Amino acid sequence: MSIRNSLLALLLFAAHAYAESEHQALGRDAGELTQQPQWNLTITPDGRGLPVGHGTAAEGKKIFNHQCASCHGFDAIGGSAMPLVGEVGSLTSEYPEKTVNSYWPYATTLFDYIRRSMPPQAPYSLSSHQIYALCAYILSQDGIIEADVELNEVTLPQVTMPNRDGFSATNSH
Amino acid sequence: MTTPLHSRRQFLQQAALGSALVSYSLPRLAKADIDYRELLPESMTKAGGEFTNYGQPSPYEQQVIRWISANPDMPGNGVSWSPLHELQGTITPNGLHFERHHNGVPAIDPAQHQLLIDGLVDKPLVFSVDALKRYPMQSRICFIECGGNSNSSWRSQPILTAAGYAHGLVSNAEWTGIPVRLLLEEAGIKPEAKWVIAEAADGASLNVSIPLEKLMNDALLALYQNGERLRPENGYPLRLVLPGWEGIVNVKWLRQLRLSNAPAMSRDETAQYTDLMPNGSARQFSFEMASKSLITSPSQGMTLPDKPGIYQVTGLAWSGRGKITRVEVSADGGQTWVDAELQQPILSKAFTRFSLPWKWQGQYAVLQSRATDETGYIQPTREQLLKERGRHGFFHFNAIISWEVSEEGYISHVYPE
Ligand code: HEC
Repeated sequence: MSIRNSLLALLLFAAHAYAESEHQALGRDAGELTQQPQWNLTITPDGRGLPVGHGTAAEGKKIFNHQCASCHGFDAIGGSAMPLVGEVGSLTSEYPEKTVNSYWPYATTLFDYIRRSMPPQAPYSLSSHQIYALCAYILSQDGIIEADVELNEVTLPQVTMPNRDGFSATNSH
Repeated sequence: MTTPLHSRRQFLQQAALGSALVSYSLPRLAKADIDYRELLPESMTKAGGEFTNYGQPSPYEQQVIRWISANPDMPGNGVSWSPLHELQGTITPNGLHFERHHNGVPAIDPAQHQLLIDGLVDKPLVFSVDALKRYPMQSRICFIECGGNSNSSWRSQPILTAAGYAHGLVSNAEWTGIPVRLLLEEAGIKPEAKWVIAEAADGASLNVSIPLEKLMNDALLALYQNGERLRPENGYPLRLVLPGWEGIVNVKWLRQLRLSNAPAMSRDETAQYTDLMPNGSARQFSFEMASKSLITSPSQGMTLPDKPGIYQVTGLAWSGRGKITRVEVSADGGQTWVDAELQQPILSKAFTRFSLPWKWQGQYAVLQSRATDETGYIQPTREQLLKERGRHGFFHFNAIISWEVSEEGYISHVYPE
């Protein structure tokens, strides 16, 4: 490089050295990715993201005993892992218990969470039908849904949790 | 109120600070036939150990470890506590940074990892780790504290566990990475976007919602931790660092940022990391970690060897709302307070080390520290905190912590009356 050229390069560099915007945009067009199931895992309270499927409490109980009870206890009342049912209405008592049924504001969250995290040794191993069935089993334990109700992508978001209005967004101490 | 300097002197209670002049005379010349090998420590009479590719702490420091507390049936679910009571300064070494995992530490090959930014953006973008490494980076020293740190202090009996193993779900590091704003702007933010749903590539696919404003403000997509690439347990290859905000939203192993008009209402922002109040309702999205301090030494489980003796009362203070402006120390359970010295530099949303020499005469004492941050917020007493928040908040415990010193010099955790 001639002296003139290298001086020019130096000047260019110096002029832009501290401009934060001076970088190359390296994000690639995500294309089809945003449509693919593996990039659409989150399920929102309105039911967006729920897969097609259905299940009942009776089916769910079998799956639960087989796949979940070892940690959450039979009847989901707790083991080495927390209880998932019971204690509805306990939040103002001296010993409040935060279970799915007593505390969670949305039933859709249950589907979302079981699919992504449970059982811990094999997340995503359950089918959508099985997860609807597990939701039905857990929710029916406290009469949040009737024992014979089939949960599916339409009915699950319609479930009203007992503690639906128990939360207030805050960012102050 | 007395001036800090005067008070500090009082805190020392007229300790005689070794002012007497020591007489000093030169030794006689040594004899010619001395065998120095008998006189000198072994380390000086032989060649030392070899170089190491990656250095490890001294074998004499093997007790300085994270304390693991995990679910017996789900060993990847739990925490490991930073041994704050064994550390000095303000930077937490990478191997001792606290951990909270929901389903273990994933082994991620950076060549296979991608970050997707989608949802309410003009053009959804995907980034490889190699591409991200070419972006301009910033470094920021800040603490990360788990929302559940100190949660044993909600219990009715004080836990008798070393300071770090009860309050060490907080650590402080220099994080280096890309301002998240740069990447979001590259994708083009739609005006309806208010929240960003962040998702991890771990065995829990952890997902939480973060206000877009925070990501545009001071969030980093961190690739480096104290100068080296992130440790696997701290999010390798990519994590969010949201200065001052509770650990859960500093998403490790980040794979996706989806811009949205509403939060996802995921399990970790509803069932967990929400603060149950006495009236049965819960605070949600209580992201900021309020001002807090902890005496790390002397602390629970230690003993004071000399009576009377001078001890350096030292600890850490931090606030998710800015800089620490003051730390006071009490030796009488909060009846009188003395300003501690704050180590410079004092950084916003980072650990500040405080210290104060204390002359212990052998009396019963209760040591406490109390932090104030630049918003004027003062760390509450446990009583004040419980009054406001009840007994079942579980998260965000930031009250004053008390160490009782017995006449024998034993130190234990207490709840003062
Ligand atoms: C190996 C033990 C184990 C098994 C098996 C297991 N879980 Fe869990 N589960 C846990 C642990 C531990 C947690 C707490 C995880 C955390 O805090 O991140 C948990 C959390 C949950 C939660 C969230 C509870 C809350 O209040 O936050 C739900 C719901 C759940 N599990 C459902 C299930 C279902 C359904 C199954 C069976 C398909 C199952 N689990 C199998 C250990 C287990």
